[in-house]
Amino acid sequence: MTVSIALRHRLSGFTLDVAFDAPPGVTVLFGPSGSGKSTVLNAVAGLLRVDAGRIAVNGRVLTDTARGVQVPPHRRRLGVIFQDGRLFPHLSVRQNLRYGRWFAPRDTPPVSEPAIVEMLGIGALLDRAPATLSGGERQRVAIGRALLAAPRLILADEPLSALDDDRKAEIMPYLERLRDDLRVPMLYVSHSPAEVARIATTVAMLDAGRLVRFGPAAEVLADPAVAGRGRDAGAVIAARVVCHHADGVTELDAGGLALFLPTLAAQPGDRLRLRIAAQDVMLARGQPSGLSALNILPGTVESLREDGGSVLVRLSTPAGPLLSRITLRSAGQLQVAPGAPLTAIVKSLSQGPDDVGTPVH
Amino acid sequence: MAAWLTPQEWDALRLSLRVAFWATLASLPLALFVAHALARWRFRGHAVLNGLVHLPLVMPPVVTGYLLLLTFGRRGWVGQHLDQWFGIVLAFRWTGAVLAAAVMAFPLMVRAIRLSIEAVDPRLEQAAGSLGAPAPWVWVTVTLPLILPGVIAGAILAFAKAMGEFGATITFVSNIPGQTQTLPSAIYAFLQVPGGEASAARLVAISLFVAMAALVASEALSRRLARRIAG
Repeated sequence: MTVSIALRHRLSGFTLDVAFDAPPGVTVLFGPSGSGKSTVLNAVAGLLRVDAGRIAVNGRVLTDTARGVQVPPHRRRLGVIFQDGRLFPHLSVRQNLRYGRWFAPRDTPPVSEPAIVEMLGIGALLDRAPATLSGGERQRVAIGRALLAAPRLILADEPLSALDDDRKAEIMPYLERLRDDLRVPMLYVSHSPAEVARIATTVAMLDAGRLVRFGPAAEVLADPAVAGRGRDAGAVIAARVVCHHADGVTELDAGGLALFLPTLAAQPGDRLRLRIAAQDVMLARGQPSGLSALNILPGTVESLREDGGSVLVRLSTPAGPLLSRITLRSAGQLQVAPGAPLTAIVKSLSQGPDDVGTPVH
Repeated sequence: MAAWLTPQEWDALRLSLRVAFWATLASLPLALFVAHALARWRFRGHAVLNGLVHLPLVMPPVVTGYLLLLTFGRRGWVGQHLDQWFGIVLAFRWTGAVLAAAVMAFPLMVRAIRLSIEAVDPRLEQAAGSLGAPAPWVWVTVTLPLILPGVIAGAILAFAKAMGEFGATITFVSNIPGQTQTLPSAIYAFLQVPGGEASAARLVAISLFVAMAALVASEALSRRLARRIAG
C-alpha cells in the first residue's frame, strides 16, 4: 500500500510543489501552519483541483492532470478524519458509523462493525446523539465512521488539534492502534512535534510549499537542520520493555543500551517509542560518574547547527540518533564537532506522559 | 355543514384552503431549487434571480395580478398557447387563483428555505461526500433533514400568505362566488353590501386565526432548526 503524490498548485504567497511516495504506515505531513500540508491533503481527498499533478493510491490513479483524470471525492474511497469531527447532528452515533456503509461498493471487503466499536470503546454511545458527546468521544466516533467506510487510505487532518491535552492523550492510543493493529495506511497532517513523534512512520516535512525533508520519523526528527524551537526539538527512539524494578523504574532496551523510566503501564517485551526533547539531553566528554541521571548513552557527533544562542547537536548512538540542545559556551568547551565522541545524559524523569507511545504487545 | 357559516362563507373558506394547499405544494420544489441556487451557487444573474423572486413582495399586488393577466390570460403570450395546446385556462378560474397565490407566497418560502440552507455547515456535506455519498444522496441524507424544519416553516408561512392573498388574485381571476371567491375576496364582497358585516366578521376571525397559527408554528419550527444545527 503506497501513496504516490506529485503536485504543483499556486497558493496565495507561494507555490506548492511537492512529490513523494509514501511507504506503508503513517505518513505525517508536518510543518508550520500555512506551509501547504492541508492543501496536499485536500488534493488527495479530491476537495481541491490542483494546477498540475498526479495522485495515486495503491496504483489507482485519483488525479492526473496530464490525462485529465479527477476522480470525484465520493468515489475515491478515502476515510477522512476531520479536525472538528463533523458528525451528522441529525443522526445517532450508530447511524453516523453506518453512513459510509450505505455507499460502499458491493465488492468492498467487509469491515467488522463490532470489532471497530469495541476497539474505539464507543459501544455505550451508539444510541446517543452527537450533540451529547464530549469532544474526545466525538472524535472516536469520527474515526470509527471513517474506518467503517472501508477506505483505501485514511486522511487525518489535524485530528487532535481541536482537543485539549487530556482529550489528545485519550485519542492518541486509538490512532496508534490503527497504525499497529489494523495497519490502516494513513496520511496525517500535524504541526505538533509530539504528535509526529508518536504516530509517524514516515515524516514529510513541508515549509512554504516545498518538501524540505522526507524519511523515517527517527531520521527526520533528529535532523538539527529542521528541528523546531524549544521543546519542539526532539528525537524519537524505539525501545523494548525489559522489566519493572521494585524501586519504581521500568527498564527498557534501546539498541542494546539500558534506559530507565518511571514505571510504565506496559509488559516486558512490549515495544514503544520514546520522544526525547533536545533540551533534556546533556552532553559530556568521557564516561560521567556520580550523576543522579540514569540514562547514559555513548555516541558520536554527526552534525550540529547553531540556533539562536544555542547549538543543536545530533548524536549517533546505538539506540538511534538523539538531539541535544546545549549553549554556545558548552559547545565551545566540549569542542563539539562532527566525529567527536560524546556521551548523552538523559534524566529518567524528563519523559512526560505525552512523549511515551502506547506499548505494542 | 356547520351552521355557524353560510354556504357562501363555507365556499370561500373551502376554496381558500384548496388554493393555498395547491399553491404551497406546487411551488415547494421550485422554491427548494431556487433557494439552493441562491444560497450555494455563484452564477451570472444571481442578483437578477434574487430580484425576480422578491419582486412580488415589493410590487403592488394589483400590478402582479395585471402582469399575470397579460402573461397567462387567454390572449397572453403564455396563456394563449396553454389554451391552444393543452386546453388549460387559468384566468378567472380557481387554478389561476392558485397561480396568483403561489407567485405572491413564493418569496416568503424561498427566504425561509434559503436561510436554513445557509445555516447548514457545508463541511458536513463534504464529510458525507468523503464517506462515498454522491451529491444527490448528500442532499437527501444530510442537507434536507437539516433544513426540514426551515422548509416546513417556509411552507406554513407561504400557506398563510396564500390564504390571505387578495390584490393579485382579484385582478387575475376576479371575484366569482363559488369559483374564484377566496376568503379575502369574500370579506371584501360582504363589506360592499349592507348587512354583510356579520359574515365579514366571521371570515375575518378565521383569517386572523390562520395567520396567527401560521406565525406561531413557523416560529417554533425555526427555533427547532436553530437547535438542530447547533447540535
